[in-house]
Amino acid sequence: MTVYFMCFFLFLVGLYGIVTRRNLIKIVISFTIMEFSVFLFFALIGYVENGVAPILTKNLPENPVFVDPLPQAMVLTAIVIGLATSAMLLAIAIRIYKKYGTFDIREINNLRG
Amino acid sequence: MSSLVPLYVILPLASAFLIPVFGRLVKGFQKALLTLVLLFLTILTFHLIFGGLKEPVTYQVGGWSPVEGIPIAIYLVLDGLSAFTLLIVNLIGLLATFFAISYIKRYTAQNNFFALLSLMIAGMNGVVLTGDMFNMYVFLEIAVIASYALVAFGIEKTELEASFKYQVLGGIASLLILLAIGMLYWKTGTLNLADISGILKEEPPDLFLTFTQILLISGFGMKAAMIPFHAWLPDAHSSAPAPISAMLSGVLIKAVGIYALLRLFFNMFALTYEISLVITVIGALSMVIGVFLAIGQWDLKRLLAYHSISQMGYVVIAVGMGMILMVQGGDRSVAALAIAGGLFHMINHAVFKGLLFLNAGAIEYVTGTRNLKMMGGLFKSLPVTSTTSLGASLSISGIPPFNGFFSKLIIIVAAIKGEFYLLAILAVLVSIVTLASFMKFQRYAFFNKSTFSKKIREVPFAMSLSMVVLVVLCLALSLLIFPGVREVMLTPAVDVLMETSNYATIITGM
Amino acid sequence: MKGLTPIVKKVAQLMSGIICIYGIYIVVHGHLTPGGAFAGGIILAGAFILLILAFGSEVVKLRKEETGSSVTESLSILATLILATAGLLIGSKVFFNDYLPKGTVGELVSAGAVPLYNILIGIEVAAAIITIFLALIIFKEEEEQR
Repeated sequence: MTVYFMCFFLFLVGLYGIVTRRNLIKIVISFTIMEFSVFLFFALIGYVENGVAPILTKNLPENPVFVDPLPQAMVLTAIVIGLATSAMLLAIAIRIYKKYGTFDIREINNLRG
Repeated sequence: MSSLVPLYVILPLASAFLIPVFGRLVKGFQKALLTLVLLFLTILTFHLIFGGLKEPVTYQVGGWSPVEGIPIAIYLVLDGLSAFTLLIVNLIGLLATFFAISYIKRYTAQNNFFALLSLMIAGMNGVVLTGDMFNMYVFLEIAVIASYALVAFGIEKTELEASFKYQVLGGIASLLILLAIGMLYWKTGTLNLADISGILKEEPPDLFLTFTQILLISGFGMKAAMIPFHAWLPDAHSSAPAPISAMLSGVLIKAVGIYALLRLFFNMFALTYEISLVITVIGALSMVIGVFLAIGQWDLKRLLAYHSISQMGYVVIAVGMGMILMVQGGDRSVAALAIAGGLFHMINHAVFKGLLFLNAGAIEYVTGTRNLKMMGGLFKSLPVTSTTSLGASLSISGIPPFNGFFSKLIIIVAAIKGEFYLLAILAVLVSIVTLASFMKFQRYAFFNKSTFSKKIREVPFAMSLSMVVLVVLCLALSLLIFPGVREVMLTPAVDVLMETSNYATIITGM
Repeated sequence: MKGLTPIVKKVAQLMSGIICIYGIYIVVHGHLTPGGAFAGGIILAGAFILLILAFGSEVVKLRKEETGSSVTESLSILATLILATAGLLIGSKVFFNDYLPKGTVGELVSAGAVPLYNILIGIEVAAAIITIFLALIIFKEEEEQR
């Protein structure tokens, strides 16, 4: 059970980073930490004690216990989506750097009210 | 008939990837292709609503039939509510695309614009159709990632900043939704909405489930920009190019926010009093605070964006009242009336807010400003824009005979019948404040003394046409309250939400 | 962007072929072993990115490469869609229908259309990663020229 709470703790670490950091790149890193805490959680859901990888091979043990393959498939899909999100965030961040000349969000505040 | 269902995803997706290939070879290819695709899908949706769709259609992607009663395929489900939302998505998408044909001439990289727009529509159609939790997440991400890019399309200072803010908040929302999906899978071992609902029905509600529901409300509430989570909406919606603002405000927050909330909380979870109350309170807060935030705005698009929050509040309180009545065993006809009012207001809001954002885009197109203080006297030079925006303003502030009046009336009548007097009073007050706010818009934009030295011409034909079509729709949608039309369009959608367990039986009970 | 030293160039030249083959191996064995289209595609993209980094390139040339990779990406997705839609037109009229013969478990040519999807998605992922890389690097190059 502890592991699941550690996952949630990691999620909160990422959230804390997003809220408190002032640097755009550090915000992106915090966001990625949050993302991967969710992926870890998914990987944990599918885990079965003494399970083997869910692949049909020739030398399988008798009556194999497979780990759940579905969360793994979901994590792979989510990683692909996460890749797209990170790429978008970084692309926007470097564009912002070009326009404002800084990564500090205290100086990037044209939108108010 | 059922093999037409995946076309809603295939066609926009195919056009999103045909455009980058052939768009650089053939001039005008991107505009023609996307317009034709959306025209076809709109006609198909109308056909399905008026006669084609006798009963809900389910579709198993890949042809995987259920094994021992357990559905293993990804299901696409087309029922009344899906058809209703598909109509909103594709109709507003078509008109926004048509508007964009002329509007987009100010930007370079037209191919990217149309490719991203069709990707966004493919994602939203997917969210509306799918019957699978994780698939819903994937389509949702397709739609919102395309919208992140589209918000930043102008690559100026404000656009980039808005897009970054939107991405971080939208990303957090997506992660909350993903976490909730993981927890649901942990508890039930399945991802199919119908299957989950069947399993949850046998188990008593516990803290774990409540936590999941709270995660889902926060996630989808953030996507729908309900009040505690609204910070990104005014920035993102006002920075995007005008057709995209119309799509974001008119469609995206409904398809990926409100629709998903309705689908999950009515058809998947068992309704509980606490959750219904939370949803109603969030709706009431959005309705009231949104309009008061809107009143002080001088940037036209920000003003409209804050009104989106407020008008979405109407939709949410209407369905929230319906939920409370259904949980407490109140009068089911009143609950049905409240939900009908909410859904009616949803399509109305898509039409008039889409139109208002297109008006704002047209004004910006000819004058180059969005600041209300710098406009004035545009009535003479922009007759089409000002007439249509007058129609839309009357509609959003609830003046008969426009559609906004009827949907607000239904919501208020339902609130009084269901004895939610406070909500009824708030709804009336917010409507009055909305009227005041739009009178300010009309006066400063169109009737004050002109401040422009240069000659201003009316916008091009494609832009005028889509605005005129939308204002005609504003009037035509009033017909929805009359029996005959209402049974065809609104009642099937309301029935889906009223008969909460029907959704599960059409999938598993085959 | 300038290239790196001759040692790096030679090593990159030697390694990129091996990396490429490894990526292709992972992609085509997607239905038999762990890995598959996404992992293999990333490895394939890595081989190309290694070459670009080691040898350097002109902005004009990079632009051409970006156009090429983004067109490849779109074409491979279109091919995937056509493959999926073909199931709608022939056989049991179902989107994403696997209409090819299944073969025997464990052989390279088996599992119906799955290896085809794997190959197409592998190309798509590789092209997408290269496009992202090139887009970012072109942006940086243009900054430095100004």
